[in-house]
Amino acid sequence: MKINTDSANPLPHRRFVTSFRAMPPTVTDLASPAPSISVRADDAGLELLIAGDWVIGAAPAGVAEALAAVQALPGGARVRFRAEAVGRWDSSFLAALLRLGDAAREREVSVLPDGLPEGARRLLALADAVPERPDAQRETEERDFIDRLGEASYDTWHAGRDFIEFVGEVALSLGRWVRGTAQVRSRDLALLIQQAGPEALGVVALVNFLLGLILAFVGAAQLQEFGATLYVANLVGIAMVRDMAAVMTAIVLAGRSGAAYAAAIGTMQTNQEIDALRVNGISVVDSLVLPRVMALVIMTPLLTLYADVIGVLGGSLVASTMFDISPLQFFTQARAAVPLKFLLGGLFKGIVYGALVAMAGCWHGIRCGRSAAAVGRATTSAVVLGIVLIIAAAGIFAYVFNVLGL
Amino acid sequence: MSSDSDPIEVRGLTMAFGDRIVMRDLDFTVQRGDVFVIMGGSGSGKSTLLRHLLGLLEPVEGEILYGGESFTAAPPEERARLLRRCGVTFQTGGLWSSLTLAENVALPIEEYTDLPPAEIRELAHLKLALVGLRGFEDYYPSEISGGMQKRAGLARAIALDPQILFFDEPSAGLDPVSARLLDQLILELRDSLGATAVVVTHELDSIFTIASNSIFLDTESRTIVASGDPHVLKTDAPHPAVRRFLNRGTDPREGRT
Repeated sequence: MKINTDSANPLPHRRFVTSFRAMPPTVTDLASPAPSISVRADDAGLELLIAGDWVIGAAPAGVAEALAAVQALPGGARVRFRAEAVGRWDSSFLAALLRLGDAAREREVSVLPDGLPEGARRLLALADAVPERPDAQRETEERDFIDRLGEASYDTWHAGRDFIEFVGEVALSLGRWVRGTAQVRSRDLALLIQQAGPEALGVVALVNFLLGLILAFVGAAQLQEFGATLYVANLVGIAMVRDMAAVMTAIVLAGRSGAAYAAAIGTMQTNQEIDALRVNGISVVDSLVLPRVMALVIMTPLLTLYADVIGVLGGSLVASTMFDISPLQFFTQARAAVPLKFLLGGLFKGIVYGALVAMAGCWHGIRCGRSAAAVGRATTSAVVLGIVLIIAAAGIFAYVFNVLGL
Repeated sequence: MSSDSDPIEVRGLTMAFGDRIVMRDLDFTVQRGDVFVIMGGSGSGKSTLLRHLLGLLEPVEGEILYGGESFTAAPPEERARLLRRCGVTFQTGGLWSSLTLAENVALPIEEYTDLPPAEIRELAHLKLALVGLRGFEDYYPSEISGGMQKRAGLARAIALDPQILFFDEPSAGLDPVSARLLDQLILELRDSLGATAVVVTHELDSIFTIASNSIFLDTESRTIVASGDPHVLKTDAPHPAVRRFLNRGTDPREGRT
């Protein structure tokens, strides 16, 4: 193994000149002689000659060769060190020594640390004091696509069953409430209604106003071709009242209330408040889930009704400014186009969406693990599940209402 | 409940998360009036054992009996009845954060009795006064210190005058003076309520102050390696891990650290 010329001629000015001529100097070139290990075989095994400044970032030379030499030793041999030429050293030195030591242990080669600097010897003894626990290493088995797909399907299947079970529990809890054996604190309920309803008025209005506006734009542009722009009122009225107002309101609530429920209940799980409820014989569903489901079941249809009006208002703004249809004309036309059954159907859908959003939020909150990251995941999952359930239910409703002629 | 059978008996209990066994073949009996300490290093499954005793986790094998009645085999209503005799303080306090301290203490009383609200409130005040929190009735858990939260949790645990008190790491995170006060409180309550206490802890000071009986959960062998009075175990435990634990890492027989 070659001796590094830098450590042989540790004259700063000469080194500077040399490096300057060759290429722009790096920090390590300037600061220190490069670290290296060289191997010398002796009668009982190996002697490792270590030299230079072993600092992090100064790629040491000869480590791989030294490792190979140790691994090639017969069992029972011994490894010695000579480290007089080592200048500064830090963790990179120890890391290299630890690797050499581990390789030696595998070959049942004994290592004599005598030649090493005092501090390094003590730190190495510390690192070797507790042998590696074989079961402490986590198994990171490579799983292929099929395995992962199977696992994901299995998990989804179980989660789905779990959620249906949870819906059943909520239904039972509602039954207990009707019979008077489960109490919902009116103060809790009032607060939840306040948070889910009045506090959401602004964002529900904004979303539905814009939706009415967009529907009117898209619809009117097409209807103009037939000179039937007035029918844009029918389009906006029916679309909003029958479906879109309920869906958009529920999606807003999934992002607001569903997420809040998952985070609140998830934090209670982390804080052992759920354990405390269970131990005290208080039903988690009765005390935490039922009031939240009730709050959204009450507030979603009311917000939907409000969204109906706002959506039509948005449509009439487009109609009056761009197509010369007065708001009064627009409203009369829309009212004539929307029968009462559409309105009631829309409100009914709102009730169902509200219940689904609340249950998705609470379910993910209860399933939450005991860490801050778990609460974040629970919140995300609650919103995703809430929106998926809304859209799935909307699809089913579209079909069923069509078949029933509603 | 027959009054002469032991408050808690655990037979052949094996605890596991999925395939990973935490502890196996646990057998022990907690006697009336004991302060029974569950010891063990960090991660040895002390709190997991407590959660099994409270029915928050289901054992893979074995049985837990309260006063001679099987808790493991009992249906939910029966479990609730057995747990009504128990009071629990949790590691993090476990106070309901949306309720004031008085409401926290009152909720279990409301749940289990038909007392009029005024009387419940009076009882809640009494329990809070017992743990030294007079005047803090209308504070929320987030508004008081960690030590006070632990004491409030204790007030809630004794709300229904329990026969068995469970403590999960009662003095963890408390300063030495508060920890000592809490230990005294545990002993005082045990004596005045005539209760039995089960304490999960690894605080040596606490162990030697309060314990009358104990078990040691060993991480290596995943079972109980010693049981008895910790004062005796300190020098006479057969297993070196127990002696090292009770002597702060020094085994008196080997004299090394």
